[in-house]
Amino acid sequence: MPVEVYFNVAASGLLTGLVYGLMALGLSVIFGVVRVVNFAHGEMMTLAMYLTLVLFGALKLDPLILLVPIAAVMFAFGYLLQAGLINPFINRPEHSQFMLLVALALILVNVQLIIFGPDAKGIRTAYSFDSFQMGKIIVDASKVYAAGAALVVAAALFAFFKYTLLGKAIRACADNYDGARVVGLNVKHLYALTFGLGAACVGAAGAMLMVVADVTPAIGPAYTLLAFVIVITGGLGSMPGALLGGLLIGATEALGGVLFTPSAKSMFAFALLVLVLLFRPQGILGRKAA
Amino acid sequence: MIARLLEGVPRRGLVCLAALFALLAVFPAFAGGYLLSVGFLILYFAFVGQAWNIMMGFAGQLSLGHSLYVGLGAYAAAALYVHFGISPWIGLGASIAVAALAGAVIGFLAFRFGVAGVYFAILTIAFAEFARIGFDHFRWVQGSSGFFLPVANYTRNDLWNLRGSPVMFYYLMLVMTAGAFVLCHALLRSRMGYYWLAIRESPEAAQALGVNVFRYKMVAVVISAAMTSLAGVIFAFYYNNLFPEQIFHISRSIELILGPIIGGIGTLVGPLVGAFLLTGLAEGMREAMLRLGIDVPGVKQVFYGICLLLVVVFLPHGVWPPLARAFGLERKG
Repeated sequence: MPVEVYFNVAASGLLTGLVYGLMALGLSVIFGVVRVVNFAHGEMMTLAMYLTLVLFGALKLDPLILLVPIAAVMFAFGYLLQAGLINPFINRPEHSQFMLLVALALILVNVQLIIFGPDAKGIRTAYSFDSFQMGKIIVDASKVYAAGAALVVAAALFAFFKYTLLGKAIRACADNYDGARVVGLNVKHLYALTFGLGAACVGAAGAMLMVVADVTPAIGPAYTLLAFVIVITGGLGSMPGALLGGLLIGATEALGGVLFTPSAKSMFAFALLVLVLLFRPQGILGRKAA
Repeated sequence: MIARLLEGVPRRGLVCLAALFALLAVFPAFAGGYLLSVGFLILYFAFVGQAWNIMMGFAGQLSLGHSLYVGLGAYAAAALYVHFGISPWIGLGASIAVAALAGAVIGFLAFRFGVAGVYFAILTIAFAEFARIGFDHFRWVQGSSGFFLPVANYTRNDLWNLRGSPVMFYYLMLVMTAGAFVLCHALLRSRMGYYWLAIRESPEAAQALGVNVFRYKMVAVVISAAMTSLAGVIFAFYYNNLFPEQIFHISRSIELILGPIIGGIGTLVGPLVGAFLLTGLAEGMREAMLRLGIDVPGVKQVFYGICLLLVVVFLPHGVWPPLARAFGLERKG
């Protein structure tokens, strides 16, 4: 195969990786603040993808515009979930939280299965078959748009955490739970906001992914695993780490698929995960000792 | 030895256990083919739940990748039988060896490099997924197209080659589950059992008291993996077909740990109670769906999920501990 093929595949993997990265960013934000591992993350992702599918069918709007209302809906979903169900579990042991989210994931997957059926569904946009050429590298236009939107959403989230008072308050909760309560922060409310923000990331990522991939209910657990792999590679709780992890995993999977067989591609992602866990358990950009 | 094992166990508990065992032993005489398969499933989940509980309930190490050991055990014994005609009773030695080795490797890497908590759980998922994809491309056992054991109509049970009727498998599973129960009870009463509990409650404190934390965590993983692989051997010879996509799948790992968590983590009876409740619930719902004529895939699982959710929210320590208190079946001393 000519060398350009590898460059093309790597470029396309990196672009998809940014969308994965945004999804993983949601997981990372939730874990970083609430300290709960969202085992229903991928199922929330497919929920957002189905929302995109339905809205696209009804309104005929571009998914990259739809991502705003979908992120808003997912935000509300996440807020209510944390406020109603997960907050009482904050101080329970890990396996207890895990069970709660597994039960939730089970319900989400199967409700989607009942409503939408088991078949893969996708959407076609006006630019589905367009592509850009840069030198010898050719990439799909839809991937470029999706990756661009992922960067914009991620940048907005970074700015929120860095510059707004609310963002600072949430970071205070993450740094010191008791301290945050002492200074009078409503931690439960902030946790719910954080889960909402994480879910909004998933919502936006789901809308973008719909442009480049199909959705089935059964793919939810695979996205959950993908988000784990990305976040741990980049550093659980680190926001830039999630994006970096997304890029790395996106490129690894894409290249693994070409160099070996496509069905073995996620093996490389897991191999990378194992290596990172062993040699840098806090992740590439993570802080030591959580 | 036996006296030490019985020490502190309330008499009422022993009577209940004996009654339960007797009931399970005569069950095939009354149960038809379907009920018998449900009984087998309950015992199967009680067994693997017990095995998983050694790692999580006793030593406090959350594994979400136990399907790895089931799959390795199943494939090892099945491959030896199909390719070389080796009896599963000899093949299970290979199953135990492979699974114990895998457990030892994962344990060694994790505990030496300080991978703990959530990270450990995800590491175990990663290894199981790795095996799933690896076996998809493992030609010797037919990869993703599935590995099949030869099936025929058996006029009599061949216990040596594990070819025979569901009744034989039921009794085999009953003996294994009872054995696992006694073994776990003995382990919990041993010196090592107390070390495990110390490690579960506080690894730092255990270390400070001179407990070799690394060694005992390793032992827990290896015992748990080896026991789980035995369930895999039975699985292979009972169902006669193995698909990496199914046996190594993460949903299998989760299915296997729901029982002990619902029943009560770290208790001996918990995995048993959990297996009864969950399998009973799942099969009961299937039956109800059939009766009501509802044929929508997913409805059963949604209901299942809601039940799980309710148990986790309202019974944080599982179903068994409050039951044990109510009936005075707690261990004394």
